[in-house]
Amino acid sequence: MNAFAAIGRVTLSFFRETGRLTLFASNSVSGVVRPPVYWWLIAQQMMRIGYYSLPVVGLTAFFTGGVLALQIYNGASRYGAESFVPVVVLVGITRELGPVIAGLMVAGRVAAAIAAEIGTMRVTEQIDALTTLSTNPIKYLVVPRLVAAVISMPILVAIADSIGVFGGYVASTQSLGFNGSVYMNNTMNGLTWDDVSSGLIKAAVFGFLIALMGCYNGFHSRGGAQGVGSATTNAVVTASILILAANYLLTNLLFTK
Amino acid sequence: MMVSRTPKVELRGVKKRFGDKVVLDGVDLAIQPSQSLVVIGGSGTGKSVMIKCVLGILTPDEGEILVDGQDITHLRGRSREEVLKKFAMLFQGAALFDSLPVWENVAFGLIQGHGVPRNKARDIAVEKLAKVGLGSDVAMLSPAELSGGMQKRVGLARAIAADPEIIFFDEPTTGLDPIMADVINDLIISTVKDLGVTTLSITHDMVSARKISDHIAMLYKGKIVWAGATRDIDQTDNAFVDQFIHGRAEGPIKMEVRA
Repeated sequence: MNAFAAIGRVTLSFFRETGRLTLFASNSVSGVVRPPVYWWLIAQQMMRIGYYSLPVVGLTAFFTGGVLALQIYNGASRYGAESFVPVVVLVGITRELGPVIAGLMVAGRVAAAIAAEIGTMRVTEQIDALTTLSTNPIKYLVVPRLVAAVISMPILVAIADSIGVFGGYVASTQSLGFNGSVYMNNTMNGLTWDDVSSGLIKAAVFGFLIALMGCYNGFHSRGGAQGVGSATTNAVVTASILILAANYLLTNLLFTK
Repeated sequence: MMVSRTPKVELRGVKKRFGDKVVLDGVDLAIQPSQSLVVIGGSGTGKSVMIKCVLGILTPDEGEILVDGQDITHLRGRSREEVLKKFAMLFQGAALFDSLPVWENVAFGLIQGHGVPRNKARDIAVEKLAKVGLGSDVAMLSPAELSGGMQKRVGLARAIAADPEIIFFDEPTTGLDPIMADVINDLIISTVKDLGVTTLSITHDMVSARKISDHIAMLYKGKIVWAGATRDIDQTDNAFVDQFIHGRAEGPIKMEVRA
């Protein structure tokens, strides 16, 4: 009896939450195309989401590229396939690690910040105040963050890709004894638009998920400081999980034909 | 005496529940134009929920809400925003936008809602700040630099900035010392009541309620249990009102310890 009740409760709350999120997402997306558009807020959010994430994303990309080169060399040298290191680093970074690592780092940084800011606005009634001042909170708060994240993430990932490949180059030439110009040549020859563009598409989707989860959790936070705290945690956790799940789905969609 | 006029705001049988908890259980209330109505009631009796229903932040489960005779209960989008232009609200914690300086808080509704150019909106903001006794030097400060009383004043300036027809006050004096509370009461009277704006306030501060209202209604367990002119409130034989205004623990109102 009790077990059924528990299962029922979990199932119901899952569907309620999913429904609420879907509704929130569709309201937000439809807000993008309807005026007014707050250009200044979009620019401001691009600064916060994109520009200020550069150091974190750049550093992680650099070390990821480096470690990737070291490990691939380790594996490839068993079969005498060391010459494939540049291309495998390139493909690994542009297709998967660039977007995913950048996505997870930005999720930690930005989804948390968005959820905390909007959550505090919720519990201090600032969101209700927006409504009373004839301003739609979705359009004023959510849409600029969504748009900014969807534009910023591909740019961020393009930069992360370059830095990641450079990290692989540094590790290969400094620790593994690769010739610099040969490595660069191999990388350039292996570069294909499909690899890069698939990563950028992923980045845009991840950006959407990050901003959406930050806004959604912030918007529905309740109960003061503790509520904002758990909204922040939920934003980061759900954004990260959704990024990894979406990455699988997108990889499936983009590469298995 | 004003029965024949269309009420400015009218609630008809408004019900709202959250899960199993019934918060509003058929509220009937009418506010005449230029009237200052204060709804009194203990904490958790649904006063805030009632205001949020009128503003459209919450949608009632049943009943109708009319503004100037127009049913606004289920308005959405653009038409809701048009109705909202008639309203303004002073929130309990002032709810100032901490990312914006004081003047932009006051001018927010003008710039965003009414499309007033920023320069002009700024002049109006300074003028409204002066009305609530704040100098132009405050205009550039951030809300976080202000005391609670000053934040309330800025909140009041923001509420009156766009010359609304109806203003809601949510516990305007809560959290203020008695002197500051009286200052706010006086400001409400001078900036709002004297201009003929219709107001709906919710409070449990009887001193404030008596001062700023001409009519009082009492909400208990999601229903209006008494409504009448402020001057009659001491003569009523309503046991709920009697207990509340004298602040007695004993009486028909039982404090619910558990929500």
